[in-house]
Amino acid sequence: MKESLGTTGLLLNEPLLWEKGKKGRCGFSLPRRDVEPCSLDEEFMGEGPDFPDLSELDVVRHYTRLAQWNFGVDTGMYPLGSCTMKYSPKTNEKQASLPGFTGAHPLLPSGLSQGALNMLFEFEQYLNEITGMYATTLQPAAGAHGELTGMLIIHAFHKKQGSKRSKIIVPDTAHGTNPASISLCGFRPVPVTSNEQGILSVQAVSEIMDQDTAGIMVTNPNTLGLFEENIQNIAEIVHAKGGLVYCDGANMNAVMGMVKMGDIGIDLMQLNLHKTFSTPHGGGGPGSGPVSVAKHLEPFLPVPRVIEENGAYILAQDYPDSIGKISAFHGAFGVVIKAYSYIRRMGPENLKKASQLAVLNANYIKEMLKGTLHLPYDRPCMHECVFSDKHQAAQKIATLDMAKRLMDYGFHPPTTYFPLVVPGAIMVEPTETESKEDIDQFIAAFKAIANEAGENPDLLHHAPKSCKVKRLDEVTAARKPCLAG
Amino acid sequence: MIYLPHTHEDIFSMLQVLGVDNLDDLFSTVPEDCRFNGHLNLPEALSEWELNDHMSTLSNTMAVSPEYKVFLGAGSYEHFIPASVSYLLGRSEFVTSYTPYQPEMSQGTLQAIYEYQTLAARLLGMEVATASHYDGATALAEALLMAVRITKRKKVAISSLIHPLYRRVVQTYFEPAGYEVVELPYLNTGVTDDSGLDDMDDLAAVAIQSPNFFGCIENLQVLGQKTHDKKALFVASFTEALAYGLLKNPGSQGADIVGGEGQSLGINSSFGGPALGMLASSKKHMRSLPGRLVGKTKDLDGKTGFVLTLATREQHIRREKATSNICTNNSLCALAAAMYMASLGGTGIRKLAQLNHDKAEYLKKELKKAGFTITFDRPTFNEFVVEFPSGFEANHKHLLEKKIVAGLCLAPYYPELANHYLLCVTETRSKDDMDALVREVKS
Ligand SMILES: Cc1ncc(COP(=O)(O)O)c(C=O)c1O
Repeated sequence: MKESLGTTGLLLNEPLLWEKGKKGRCGFSLPRRDVEPCSLDEEFMGEGPDFPDLSELDVVRHYTRLAQWNFGVDTGMYPLGSCTMKYSPKTNEKQASLPGFTGAHPLLPSGLSQGALNMLFEFEQYLNEITGMYATTLQPAAGAHGELTGMLIIHAFHKKQGSKRSKIIVPDTAHGTNPASISLCGFRPVPVTSNEQGILSVQAVSEIMDQDTAGIMVTNPNTLGLFEENIQNIAEIVHAKGGLVYCDGANMNAVMGMVKMGDIGIDLMQLNLHKTFSTPHGGGGPGSGPVSVAKHLEPFLPVPRVIEENGAYILAQDYPDSIGKISAFHGAFGVVIKAYSYIRRMGPENLKKASQLAVLNANYIKEMLKGTLHLPYDRPCMHECVFSDKHQAAQKIATLDMAKRLMDYGFHPPTTYFPLVVPGAIMVEPTETESKEDIDQFIAAFKAIANEAGENPDLLHHAPKSCKVKRLDEVTAARKPCLAG
Repeated sequence: MIYLPHTHEDIFSMLQVLGVDNLDDLFSTVPEDCRFNGHLNLPEALSEWELNDHMSTLSNTMAVSPEYKVFLGAGSYEHFIPASVSYLLGRSEFVTSYTPYQPEMSQGTLQAIYEYQTLAARLLGMEVATASHYDGATALAEALLMAVRITKRKKVAISSLIHPLYRRVVQTYFEPAGYEVVELPYLNTGVTDDSGLDDMDDLAAVAIQSPNFFGCIENLQVLGQKTHDKKALFVASFTEALAYGLLKNPGSQGADIVGGEGQSLGINSSFGGPALGMLASSKKHMRSLPGRLVGKTKDLDGKTGFVLTLATREQHIRREKATSNICTNNSLCALAAAMYMASLGGTGIRKLAQLNHDKAEYLKKELKKAGFTITFDRPTFNEFVVEFPSGFEANHKHLLEKKIVAGLCLAPYYPELANHYLLCVTETRSKDDMDALVREVKS
């Protein structure tokens, strides 16, 4: 193996914000006072918050040091399965910070916000094209928010038909947000198990699909990184009983330009712009989770809708069957700008190429590591592959130990212990933006760790050793929560 | 394409390892009749330079400061953001990391969010604040759902002076699950009319926004008392977080749960998003909170560190029984807010809030002098309602041509308030801007 990426740099300690500073300092250039002071009625006056007073440099050093304790895609490979941690192009950030966009008030008259409306309108068309759907809303703020929007639309659809259905079918491989979104909308999730190949069988769905079932929520490609091959037949069964087919499109990065969900029986789906369309994850958001729907569901989309009228873009409110509003304003506009920029920079050919290379990278890792790690479903995968720690069990090494040891080698670990159907799951999603050299180094690191598991297991049990902190006591953190200082 | 690193040789050698001939063969598990064999009908790729031109063209059509004088608030506020905040927020270690599932490699995000939770809790006068939600509207909806869970009651009363768009989001969240939302009317003093509460039973929560949508400061303490007398939870909401630099915070007035919008704290308007949903509660209800929480703990060597905690409330553990479906939140916006609050400090936020208040008072006074009616004489923070003469709509349009956006027309939201406008002034509007506005509306 080449020299490991992981090393020990000089990291500086940094206290909590309120352990720094001195009363009377300020890191904010207060604007000139050009009006008379005017006191507020005592009755309403508070004391003001107890914030530390810091100088600008205090603040700058604080956050610079904190940043250095973090790891991002720009630092190194971040193969977190189901999260699509691809490179976020810098030009996207630049476009989103144009003053006409950052400064725009959401309630500006439409005549004064044509550029933003134009972009929202066009972007919806792009997503319609990529998903094969008829219409799109950009209002949902993340993937789970899109799922909720989708469930609300399904609810509204049945209500309009005068029927009240209580259940939604959801596979056991589903992301936790799926059952949570289902029940948030008042439906009851009905689990369906995937077959020995890791996908849904037509039979399993037909056994439980009934007139009280509002629809099915399938992730495709699913969370095992496998394409749901029976999707069209499953959709037929669900439709025949009056249900709708929702697709969790968080894994769309595998099939852009290869599969149009609207063509294969899907009625509605969400996309995660912070995954497939390269917007950065920000340590946990903001994201954006647009929902695209087939024609029969368009009337139910959230309002307002951006429409074109006589060459101008306006916000239309008049959709009596709409589910209403899901965000206060237009959703995560600043995130949409980045995804829009990405699609414009990529163009149709490169989007398809990106999916192909994402699938190439994942299959390559699967092939190269499958002797080292147990591979529960040994078949061609899509954009991610799922291993387990079964081979290491005899050495008393668990997924957690290998994940932590990868940090010492300079890699962010893959997703661990998800999906739940694979005990000790290790879910690797390299994305298309990792080069062969980086992937080879990741593979070499994993192999070296598997060797260490036999030769020096303590290295793994005590990993990581080169991070800012060692393994943290999560049990006490939850038992005696300290959530504020 | 510069974002795709694979050379022909790379692809060739990787395909060889997989034993297939070309990239299409990798998709053998996708049934033939599921494949799209055409070409996506999307615009052809632009170079970086072409994209710059295209985007500046779009951006240049937008009416923004300093060219336009925009007197709009109503849930999105223009405040100065220090260069240091924007600069630090661009650090790619923060920007390009995921939710901190692996704490040893994410201590930067984790400590920063723990600090955000602390500053947010102090600002709102609460014991615990979550790591962030999508926006003020969804934070309020989740606060009310939380109250429904805690009290096991299905009805909430919400003030009609909560932001109209927030109320619509609450309605959307509540309807399918069969929960009921009752609206409390408002008095002609510009505050919530709570008299209807006397006849309402079995309420999970009463929700009040202060400063309310008209900018008026509500008497939270009295409303909170009344809510508690009904054994309901008191939910406070807000759209202008900066107000609490000057006003009594909701916690000190008896709020059990607080859900509102933190965009004012160092986050650009950005056409309404991404924003910052702030949600806070007392410790007693901490385990019913939706969303991520960061907690302090120790590592194996006894060194202080931070982790995501109380995960058994969350969707990835509890699935359909979770306290919320939220996964990705608005972490980077919370980080911006923390940086902003740290930059202001206790001394700075007080001064800045006072300045916001005083500027709005100046404009109020000048408009009064010019003969316009200030509809509600209740104290306000940085926005207020003014009544213009009938037919002002045309004048409002005309002012747009002069690059002045003279507030928000209230009639679409409150049909009884024809010719009433909600005007907002922050520290970014100068005395000259305000004088110009008064001159123009007069003429
Ligand atoms: C398969 C899948 N579905 C849904 C989600 C939820 O998306 P978000 O985190 O944006 O709410 C995720 C992301 O974690 C996911 O991996």
